[in-house]
Parts: sequence; C-alpha cells; structure tokens
Amino acid sequence: MIERKSILEAALLAAGRPLTIRDLQRLFAEDPAPPDAAALRADLEALAAECEGRGYELVEVASGWRYQVRKELGHWVLRLWEEKPPRLSRALLETLALIVYRQPITRAEIEQVRGVSVSSNIIRTLEELEWIRVVGHKEAPGRPALYASTRKFLDDFNLRSLSDLPSLAEFTEDAEVVQLPLPEVRGDAEGS
Amino acid sequence: MSAPETLPAEAAADPVARVRGEPLETLPSDLYIPPDALEVFLEAFEGPLDLLLYLIRRQNLDILDIPIAEITRQYMEYVELMRELRLELAAEYLVMAATLAEIKSRMLLPRPAVDEDEEDDPRAELIRRLQEYERFRQAAGELEALPRVGRDLFPVRVLAPEDERPPPAPEVDLTDLLAALREVLARAQLQAHHHIQREGLSVRERMTRVLDRVSEATDCVAFTSLFTLEEGRRGVVVTFLALLELLKLGLVELIQPGPFEPIQVRAAARDDRA
Repeated sequence: MIERKSILEAALLAAGRPLTIRDLQRLFAEDPAPPDAAALRADLEALAAECEGRGYELVEVASGWRYQVRKELGHWVLRLWEEKPPRLSRALLETLALIVYRQPITRAEIEQVRGVSVSSNIIRTLEELEWIRVVGHKEAPGRPALYASTRKFLDDFNLRSLSDLPSLAEFTEDAEVVQLPLPEVRGDAEGS
Repeated sequence: MSAPETLPAEAAADPVARVRGEPLETLPSDLYIPPDALEVFLEAFEGPLDLLLYLIRRQNLDILDIPIAEITRQYMEYVELMRELRLELAAEYLVMAATLAEIKSRMLLPRPAVDEDEEDDPRAELIRRLQEYERFRQAAGELEALPRVGRDLFPVRVLAPEDERPPPAPEVDLTDLLAALREVLARAQLQAHHHIQREGLSVRERMTRVLDRVSEATDCVAFTSLFTLEEGRRGVVVTFLALLELLKLGLVELIQPGPFEPIQVRAAARDDRA
C-alpha cells in the first residue's frame, strides 16, 4: 500500500513548479474517496516537518507548495555555477518596490515618486523576469499602462501573498498612512 | 549601491566631494581630478531626490527641518560638478535646482505673522516628496534583502520516470494535406502513359470506396495508399475530393504522428487509440 504522503512528495518533486492543493487533489480524481483539502494540507505539513535536518525544505509560496534548497545553504549551492546571479540595480529595485506597494501604478506615477524618468530597460527587464505585468490602462490622456506585480514575483521572493511583504516604513507624524493590505493576488484556490 | 552612504558623514568643512579620501573643498579648474572617482560617486545617485537625501543625511539633518539655503548651495555645487565632468545631466536635476531656488526665495520673503501655519511652509511639498522617496528607497532595500529564487533559493526537482504512453496524435493542417496531394499528383504524372479510360468517375462512388477501405482496415491507412496511380491525374483528384468530402462529413480523420511523417487516414467513429 503506497502512502498518500509519498504520492504527494513524488508529485511535488517531479513537477518542477509549485503545486497547489487543487493540483494535488487532481492526482486522486479517480479515487473512490478522494482526500479533501484539509487532509492534503495535513499531509503537506507532515512532509514539511519531515524535511527537518535535510538540505531541502517544503514551503508554500503564492503558486503553491514547492521543495527548495534550504535558504541558508543557498550560497553553497551557488558555488556549483561559475556565473553569479545578476545584481539588481537600485533603480530597478526602487521601481519594483513602487510597483509592488502601489499597484496598479503608471510609469508617470513611479517617476513622480522617484524624481527621475524610468528607463524602458528597467520596465522591460522586470517584464522579462515576469515580476510585473500590465494589468490595464488608466483612463487618462494617453491611456498609460498600469503595472502590477505577478504571482511569479511572489514565488521568486518566497512569499505567499503581498501581505507577507515587509510593511512600508513609516516616517514622521505627517507621513501619509500607507495603504496596506494590497490587492490580493494569491493564487491558491483551496477556498480557505 | 551604497556609495553615498559609505562616505564619512562627519565632514567638518563641506567638501564638494572626496577623491581618494581627500576632501575636495572647491573644484580647482587647473588641477587634474581623477575623473573616474568623481564619476562613480556622482553616478551612484538615483536622481535629484536621492542626491538631496544624501546631502541631508551627511549633515545629520532632519528631513522635516531642512536649511534650504545651505542645502541649495550644496546641491548646486554637485550639479555644477556634474556639468564640469560632462556627466549626462538629466533635466530632473535642473528642475530640482529650480524648485530649491524657488523655495529659498519664498522663504526670504517676509511672511504675514497671522497664518504662521505649517501648511504655509514652502518646504512642505519638498519634504513630502523626500519622505515618499525615502520610504520607497527603503522598501527597495528590503526587497533586495528578501531571499530570492536563483540567488538564495533553489527549487528542487528530481528526475521523474519516463513517460511511456504514446503521444497523442496531432492534428493535420491543410498545408500538409495539400503537400501530400501534390506528391501523389507528381507521382501520378510519372504514370501518365498508363491512361486508362474509365467512365464517369463519381466522387460519391469514390467516397464509398475510400470509406470501405478505411473502415475495413484494422489500423490506419496510409494517405498515399488510397490513390490508384494508374487512374492518372483525374483519378487522383477524384479520390482526393472524395477524401475531402468524407473529412467534411466527419467520417474519416487524418493523423500525422509527427512533422513530415506520412499522413494516415482512419475511420472517425472507431476509437482504436486504447
């Protein structure tokens, strides 16, 4: 008798992408008594606990559950590759921060806060990384594109939802109150 | 890129910049300045707000209480420096210089004592912008600090057993079909001298014959085998028309296992994929 937990483990290891509880439920579609979301979640938590002491962990990110190398071992793993991951420029990070915290936001609004024009390269790079996307156009002259963050952004930054982000710094009393929580982009469809 | 922050903040005098640790009080026009050092330093700024924040920070000043005159003077020195070094001076820097000059002049003007309101401080808007920018500058730093896939995090993937199921048969598009017909026609051409006169090649009749062939076969029938080359060009065309009719009626299906592979015909009703 194969344990259900082993099936989940195998699927998560083989998938090469995060799997949601719903994805995992589909594995048991032909089962006369398919497990419910709560049962699967319990299994996943058990699997996560079993990673204790191993080089990898099972975590939940925006797109679902995934196995990943333990964060503290990352720099060891990096030594496998000659090429270092590219550093992100401050301009890119500031632009990303504005899109993430102020989404949906136009380019002009980003420029207003940063005080400099946003280079097209930065927007393109962020789009190529699939961290941002155009979610619509503002009803304003020129119908400028409105940018928002993607689920891949959350996945790549190890976040489950935007509410996991560090909250924006508060300054003196006359600083505006920051609008959090942000629009929910969490993709997990387990109805919890 | 924290070049501005790493510079000593307790600069007693007010150096325009530091070149290899040496404070530079004024910019000597006849002296050689290692341009790289200054350029790297000046290019580290992400815009006028960033430069202003640096100037304020360097003197441990509060954003809320900027000595506009002093900051304006320093700011202009940097802008001047950028110009001397022929750095591409973005228009934004000049706009900020103008804004600072405007604030400065407004602060010099006597204000009626009645509305000594904070709202009336000409610096208010600049302060608001500096705070706003500062907030996102910090947020950017925090984003950078988050663990990131590819830098700190590596999703795990193990090799899955090979998929042994036959791949689903892809659809055939019309271009492939026409190419196959051309091939058959070309071959028919070679057989032209066989010309056999047959009476009334009926498409309907041919449809029945093709359908019989196809449904009798246990497996698929090769597209090319449906044609009798001895019938010549006309016969081939009739068969092709019959095939198209059958296809339209949904009685036969065309399959091509892969690109450039021979097209197969099979009866539509039967599902022998199992």
